Amino acid sequence: MKLYLILYGMYLLFRFACWRNAEFRDRLKTKNIRVQIRTQDGKHGRIFIFKDGHVSSKVGVHSSADFSLVFKTYAIAVKLLMPPINQLEQIEAMKNFLFHPEGKDEDSVWFAQTVMTAISTRWKHGTAAGDGTTRYCTITNGGPLFVYVKDEKIVRTTPIIFNNDDAMSYSIHAHGKTFNPPRQTSLSPHGMNWKSMVYAPNRLLTPMKRVDFDPNGERNIINRGVSGYEPISWDEAFDLVASEIKRMKRDYGQGAIAQSNGSHHTWGNIGYYLSAKMRFMNAIGTTEVHHNPDSWEGWYWGAVHHWGGSLRVGGGEPFGTMEDCLKNAEMIVFWSSNPEATNGIYSGFEGSIRRKWLKELDLKIVHIDPHLNDTAQFLGGKWIAPRPTTSPALALAIANVWMNEDLYDKDYVANRTQGFEAWSDYVLGKEDGVEKSPEWQEQETGVSAKDVRALAREWASKRTYLAAGGMGNTFGGAARNPTGSQWTRTMVCLIAMQGLGKPGINVGNMQLGVPHDFSFYFPGYADGGISGDLNNTALAVSLYQRMPQLATINPSSQKIPRLKLPDAIIDGHTEGHLWDARTIEGQFSEAVYPAPGHSPVHMLYRYGNSILGTLSDANRYVSMYRSPNLEFVVNQSIWDEGDTQFADVILPACTHLERTDIGEWANAGGYGANFNSQVNHRVIAFQSKCIEPLGESKSDYDIFAGIATRLGLGSYFTEGMRDIDWVKRMFDASDLPGHISWKKFMQKGYFVVPPEREDLRSPTAYNWFAEGRKKDVPEAMPLPGDYTEEFGEGLQTQSSKFEFECESLKRYNPSDDERTPIPKYSRSWEGPHIPELKEFPLRMITPHGRYSFHTQGDGKDSYLNDIKDHREWIDGHYYWIIRLNTEDAKIRGIKEHDLVRVFNNRGAVICAAHITSRLIPGVVHSYESSAEYKPMGKPGESVDRGGCVNLLSPSRTQIKNAHSMANGLSMVEIDKWDGTIEFIRKDSLTKAQGLNEEGSFK
Amino acid sequence: MKKWNLIVDVENCTNCNVCTLAVQDEHVGNSFPGYAEEMPKHGHRWIEIMRKERGAGSATDVAYLPTMCQHCDDAPCMKAAPDAVSKRPDGIVIIDPVKAKGRKDLVGSCPYGAIWWNEEKQVPQHWIFDAHLLDAGWKEPRCVTVCATNALQSVKVDDDEMLHLIDKQGLEVLHEEYETKPRVYYKNLWRYTSSFIAGSLSGIRDNKIECLEGLEVQLVFDNENVETQNTDNFGDFKFDKLKARGQTYQVQVIDKGKIVKTIDVILDQSINIGEIILE
Repeated sequence: MKLYLILYGMYLLFRFACWRNAEFRDRLKTKNIRVQIRTQDGKHGRIFIFKDGHVSSKVGVHSSADFSLVFKTYAIAVKLLMPPINQLEQIEAMKNFLFHPEGKDEDSVWFAQTVMTAISTRWKHGTAAGDGTTRYCTITNGGPLFVYVKDEKIVRTTPIIFNNDDAMSYSIHAHGKTFNPPRQTSLSPHGMNWKSMVYAPNRLLTPMKRVDFDPNGERNIINRGVSGYEPISWDEAFDLVASEIKRMKRDYGQGAIAQSNGSHHTWGNIGYYLSAKMRFMNAIGTTEVHHNPDSWEGWYWGAVHHWGGSLRVGGGEPFGTMEDCLKNAEMIVFWSSNPEATNGIYSGFEGSIRRKWLKELDLKIVHIDPHLNDTAQFLGGKWIAPRPTTSPALALAIANVWMNEDLYDKDYVANRTQGFEAWSDYVLGKEDGVEKSPEWQEQETGVSAKDVRALAREWASKRTYLAAGGMGNTFGGAARNPTGSQWTRTMVCLIAMQGLGKPGINVGNMQLGVPHDFSFYFPGYADGGISGDLNNTALAVSLYQRMPQLATINPSSQKIPRLKLPDAIIDGHTEGHLWDARTIEGQFSEAVYPAPGHSPVHMLYRYGNSILGTLSDANRYVSMYRSPNLEFVVNQSIWDEGDTQFADVILPACTHLERTDIGEWANAGGYGANFNSQVNHRVIAFQSKCIEPLGESKSDYDIFAGIATRLGLGSYFTEGMRDIDWVKRMFDASDLPGHISWKKFMQKGYFVVPPEREDLRSPTAYNWFAEGRKKDVPEAMPLPGDYTEEFGEGLQTQSSKFEFECESLKRYNPSDDERTPIPKYSRSWEGPHIPELKEFPLRMITPHGRYSFHTQGDGKDSYLNDIKDHREWIDGHYYWIIRLNTEDAKIRGIKEHDLVRVFNNRGAVICAAHITSRLIPGVVHSYESSAEYKPMGKPGESVDRGGCVNLLSPSRTQIKNAHSMANGLSMVEIDKWDGTIEFIRKDSLTKAQGLNEEGSFK
Repeated sequence: MKKWNLIVDVENCTNCNVCTLAVQDEHVGNSFPGYAEEMPKHGHRWIEIMRKERGAGSATDVAYLPTMCQHCDDAPCMKAAPDAVSKRPDGIVIIDPVKAKGRKDLVGSCPYGAIWWNEEKQVPQHWIFDAHLLDAGWKEPRCVTVCATNALQSVKVDDDEMLHLIDKQGLEVLHEEYETKPRVYYKNLWRYTSSFIAGSLSGIRDNKIECLEGLEVQLVFDNENVETQNTDNFGDFKFDKLKARGQTYQVQVIDKGKIVKTIDVILDQSINIGEIILE
């Protein structure tokens, strides 16, 4: 009787949904099918007949069913079907074969998603704004948005303005002043740019196939990047990709399919690459293109050995530093730290709001950067400009002054650190006979010795914050150039000499450290999402318990270090270190490709943003795409740009304004613990599908589900869910339901987490360490087994102290001359002193972009193109900007906005010149990561006018024993462009740069 | 009668351009009858940020100046087309998108260069202070909402109160000589319009060249002291807020009450004298 009632209830639910909901009626029109639910013994059941948009039903077991859901026993059927549905019970039942589908996977997914649609017919999202528009919410990489929509069209996008219902804001009291953040969110330029990105003319609106690609005949691989495309149907596209996936496995075996994504997808915990994409890729089995710790680089391969923090990719603790800096610091040294350009990461202009408070307090500020950067422009202060890559020498000279003039915290060094003597022997010249004096550094850096002494003395005499890198304690800047690991190492050694963790003495630039209530649980994008992956995300830590899901495991253990992907494809073999942040020692392991017994890669599944503009010596990727070893390339992308032009099949994904998701602003989960401490309010959003996907584009989730279904993996991949059902599951898994109802959350679109009570705020970062307490900041790292002393005592290092001389490096390879146990200075392997590079005398620095976010926001005919400092419209094209010093321009006869050729042996890019005094002579500046790659002739053999300056950057890893990009610096020459299109590529790396006999650098 | 005014703080503009993007977001693809036709996707800068680099070498600084329709009370565009351009009681100037059709001449009527010609729609356009949103109950124009550093602020006050704010905050208008009575006011405009003379003192101490801190440096014009400063720990001094008119200044270094060095400086733009080594 119970089962009868439940199934009859299901029928009534379908009827109700049909009556009530147009989306449900539309769904029913997509399939005529007879679905049966029954017990395995055939004694109980009911059939549902879906025909021409109508549903009818009969009790009993029928042989005419197209698809059956079969439960092992009557009792099990009752238990699993009785509302409310318990997700853990469902999943356990699936794993234990308590029910199974009979029929096609496609029908199984359709029926399950139909049930989910029926259950959710009352769900309404968005709020009527009163002017005919509906206001929705979403989150972007550049901040949260209100999205106003009318008649299926986005009218406007704005920041979120809080109201009185929302939680209060924090206050900071310092020097008799009270600082409160504004009652709204902020947006970075690429966050304020989404309307033009959604409606970009290069949106991919239909699946496409290269015109001369025939999967069953001639593939014409050499025409990748040259031939055009023709539209195909989704059915054709799904069939084609699914059949290539099967063929790869059949013909070559495990490992033949590689998958590669950009580092930042469109926002949202369900649709993220570490979520839906990982679930799908694990389900089909792929070779992972393993990321380098991009943007962290020097911190991960360098600083981590001195102070631990492997789970922060070598960065420092963020807690309380914002408040401590305002209250206790007297001076800040910004060193290769330009947060006004990069806004930390993801956080709009939240940090700028707080750095403005620094101006009000009149702290002494120093900027060390070859470029008078945007932060220096905003905050003012003393500008010290070392030549690129030479900062470690400057740092050593500061240490030298401190040592010679007794200007450091001797008690701290004696009690909290180890190995100081070895390092001071080097700094004072006892080790190698060369004193690392201010005069010594002057020839390297170009900074006068007197300025170094003045800086060193003032620094030591004041409570000083060191702001190293874009986030102040990590990220970007000089960490991305060839001496990046030397630089981060000297940075942490300097702050250790001054007493890291004492009041007013710490690492930070006001970008991190907002006093949130971190105990309010809402997962970040790397906390596993729907990936099911317990090995490669933080899923196992919390979310797996809170949101049970079918686990996924990638059957292929083959990995390719991302920077070596072209070598792997073209040469058929490569090797390299892996980023494994769990421990300090994780980075010492190497991957060898091909992995034992695995197939080399023959198919590449590219997903997400174009990455061509972001990776070093980008012409290598052009060659890779045109290699016959790559038999099939599929690219799942929103826009037609960068590397989509090298695909055989293009799958058009929609933006996150056209699909449903859920996420928290700037919460990256394990990829960047406490990144949300950059934003002034924790904002969690129901990310509405604001408009239907444009054209025939689909959400990434639906694309993966479509392919998975053709592989019989649809039920496994979807668990019968639509994306919005996963969103509801994540809502339920978080702490949100205790504070806001699902209904209100969908309608209002966001929730502001109340700030931490003032008396419960976390103590300041490293203060516990400075004062010899157990760790009392809220971070569950390092791993419990990675402490040397008692749990919670000391740093992650072997000695549990700050190590000037690193035990981990002594253990691993003490004779590695590129990464010695104590930090030393050695000249960059890319620089004017390299004889083979004499033709290219200019040091080009290419930091992260200011207006676009990697390739997001740039190109696409977006509004950003009109920004004078981003691109310049000349003769019918928006050219990328290269900045050069007045003297360098004069020597070359270059005037403002001349089109110039920036070139070296690796490539040539046509840019618009901007002439400035903000750079020291000999240094030129251009942002990395243009979205456009537009070779004017044959790809790889012609000049690019897209602005892809990474065509010019060196592919060499910073140090031999790392997988570390060094594309922050390239030696180049610049001349006025004479219109020549042809470019002849020569050796991309010289012998002096560490080429071995075979011509490839390990 | 309360009227709208915009206050631009040059000190706080970082050239992030989110204000210019907000204008595009609002007006590209949207027409607001009675207020504005659609803005072309590219080529118009209803808010335009101007850049000024001053000095050279280590004494370089940069200021940004957001410019836009100044909503003048005595607007030349209104005089040029009284039928098509009107002043609202709240101070906002509106170029009527229908009545101004074909009036390309209005572009030239604005001495601030803040009127843009829309070739496709054949209509002159400008930043309308988001009057359409204010009329619908919005609290401020969008460029103000998105400005994280508060470089842009809108205030709706009566003219007397505005006079008080001008006085209190030291506000200025751009090109007062145009005599158009703008409703856009600038704070810290000197960052953009004035010039400086900077330099750095060094000398030998204990056989090493050192920055000379705490020395007196005075700026003299026409035998009169303009300003005296003490060098900072880097030996730096910087006399700012000067008007560059090609005039000659003397920079005098004073040690123990005596002038030990005098340098003549012709000021036609900001100057970094560079390192001055004292014997």
